[in-house]
Amino acid sequence: MARELSTGAAINEAIVIAMRSDPTVILMGEDVAGGGDRSKEGTEEMGGVLGTTRGLVGEFGMNRVRDTPIAEMGLLGTAVGAAATGLRPLAELMFIDFIGTCLDPLLNQASKLRYMFGGKVKVPLTVRTVTGAGMQAAAQHSQSLYWMTTGIPGLKTVVPSSPAEAKGLLLASIRDDDPVIFCEPKGILNQVGEVPEGDYEIPLGQAHVVREGGDVSIVSFGATVALALQAATALEAAGTSAEVVDLRSLSPLDETTILASLEKTGRMVVVDESTPRCSIARDVAALCVDKGFDFLDAPVKCVTAPHAPVPFSAVLEKAFMPSAQDILDAVGEMG
Amino acid sequence: MDFSRDALIRTYRQMRTIRRFEEKLQELVAAGKLGGFLHLYAGEEAIATAVCAHLSDGDHVGSTHRGHGHCIAKGVDPRAMMAELFGRSTGTNKGKGGSMHIADVEKGMLGANGIVGGGIPLVTGAALSAQVRGTKNVAVAFFGDGATNQGQFHESLTMAANWKLPALYVCENNGFGEFTPTEFAIPVKDIVDRAASYGMRAVIADGMDFFDVFEKAGNAIDAARAGEGPTLLECKTYRFCGHFVGDPTPYRNKQEAEDWIQNRDPLDIFERKAAESGLLLGDDFRTIDLEVDELLNEAVDEAEKAPHPAPEDVLTDVYVRYS
Repeated sequence: MARELSTGAAINEAIVIAMRSDPTVILMGEDVAGGGDRSKEGTEEMGGVLGTTRGLVGEFGMNRVRDTPIAEMGLLGTAVGAAATGLRPLAELMFIDFIGTCLDPLLNQASKLRYMFGGKVKVPLTVRTVTGAGMQAAAQHSQSLYWMTTGIPGLKTVVPSSPAEAKGLLLASIRDDDPVIFCEPKGILNQVGEVPEGDYEIPLGQAHVVREGGDVSIVSFGATVALALQAATALEAAGTSAEVVDLRSLSPLDETTILASLEKTGRMVVVDESTPRCSIARDVAALCVDKGFDFLDAPVKCVTAPHAPVPFSAVLEKAFMPSAQDILDAVGEMG
Repeated sequence: MDFSRDALIRTYRQMRTIRRFEEKLQELVAAGKLGGFLHLYAGEEAIATAVCAHLSDGDHVGSTHRGHGHCIAKGVDPRAMMAELFGRSTGTNKGKGGSMHIADVEKGMLGANGIVGGGIPLVTGAALSAQVRGTKNVAVAFFGDGATNQGQFHESLTMAANWKLPALYVCENNGFGEFTPTEFAIPVKDIVDRAASYGMRAVIADGMDFFDVFEKAGNAIDAARAGEGPTLLECKTYRFCGHFVGDPTPYRNKQEAEDWIQNRDPLDIFERKAAESGLLLGDDFRTIDLEVDELLNEAVDEAEKAPHPAPEDVLTDVYVRYS
């Protein structure tokens, strides 16, 4: 029987493989251990607020697994400096919402050092960060801000959609020589799925056609891939064949696969957990209009959250988040 | 004095090179030959020169918007720096950085930095890298008094102290954050007072006196290399040319400026003390002055003749790989 893991466990496995195979990989962040190695005191470490990095300090020690103070700017800035001087740091920004306290190291340092220095330095930094709604974590712990980092030249942004994807994409991200923002959507963290054993990478910048179809394309990524697949199943029952594309990485963006799917189906729905303005959904929609206009048989539809903060109430949060029904409605509107 | 004649010559040549480099830039701006924002280091030469005298290429420094002096002191070629300021492809950064981003990682120069306080965590990361990799290298952050109000300063020093990183934090307290005198912006008398909150060693040096900075920076760097953790070194200094080239300095007390410039010039102080040792004579200094003039004249000539980047270079060096 195939082995199944949660996304959190798959990420943990990817980190172990990366740290065993490269001594320059270090892990740093708030509570990545939680008080360092406490095993001798008869206590166990937290291993991160969601337990994703539990067990690592025991194997790799406190030199390579660094608990930082709750100081995101110092944490990320230090990680950038370490990346520019011989290490391959994996830094954890607990929730992407905290980017407000630490944008400078990403916006003005990690993303620009190589360019400003005329290509004479590399910054092989990966920042893992939890994104998205779905845990009633409310407005400051639930945002899908990957559109911000996607818009910054010099950064790469990756959003996996399943446990197996998370493992392969994280290994590729850590081993990438450019700074990568690796988003972990809450909607997939507890998802359990088959995960291959051993060391494998999924290349950045290559979208994945998860399901083939001929009548409509549904471009999705992260937690919305599952919604797209649900919608595709329902559409099939109604006689419509939907193709589902998982972008995997937002920067670089695999324009070729998006446009090839559009050419095949003539209709495009883009699904994105984030708020609509300046979103990935509208960016992909603009791409379809700009470079795929002749393929379009209907207006491009975007399914996103509304232009509002993320609410706490479970009822409101459900109303906020895109659903499979929203995708079906969008397809219906296309006629 | 524990300095050889060669060491004194090397030091004076470096300080003079920094001063002339900055004077040259003023001349070039006046002649309409240079663009961009320029922040000059004149008046603060003793600090970079004294601190970097203790460093090798494997030790990293991070600098500020006022970074030319740190670059020269860390061994970056002034000719390549001049070409960079002219935006040429032969510049340190192939014309993509300019004054606020000059860097040369092979020399351990992690870059000037256009963000006040932005270099401090980068240097902290370089110190972390040295510690994790088990080298004997140190990392030195230069920053102004104004940067000590930034969160990046506080967060970085907290982490460096927690981890006993091999780092030195050099505050060049030149009395002004942009145009605002320090006492309006910083609620403690001395910057070193802030170190207590990190449990960090802190020392004040006379930033106009090479020998004082040399001794105190040396002690701090030795301690860092020995695993004894970081130090905050505050160097009291003065900004001879204002915040940027073209700053008319109306906010500055004329008498105070006159006093610093006439009586406390770090090059004059160095020359006097070095001459007292008997190892260098007045003629030695003047010979060096001429050699430095010649070097910088050549640097400007070369830079003006150097090729511009090709327009298509706008898209190179964004990523190592992007597809």
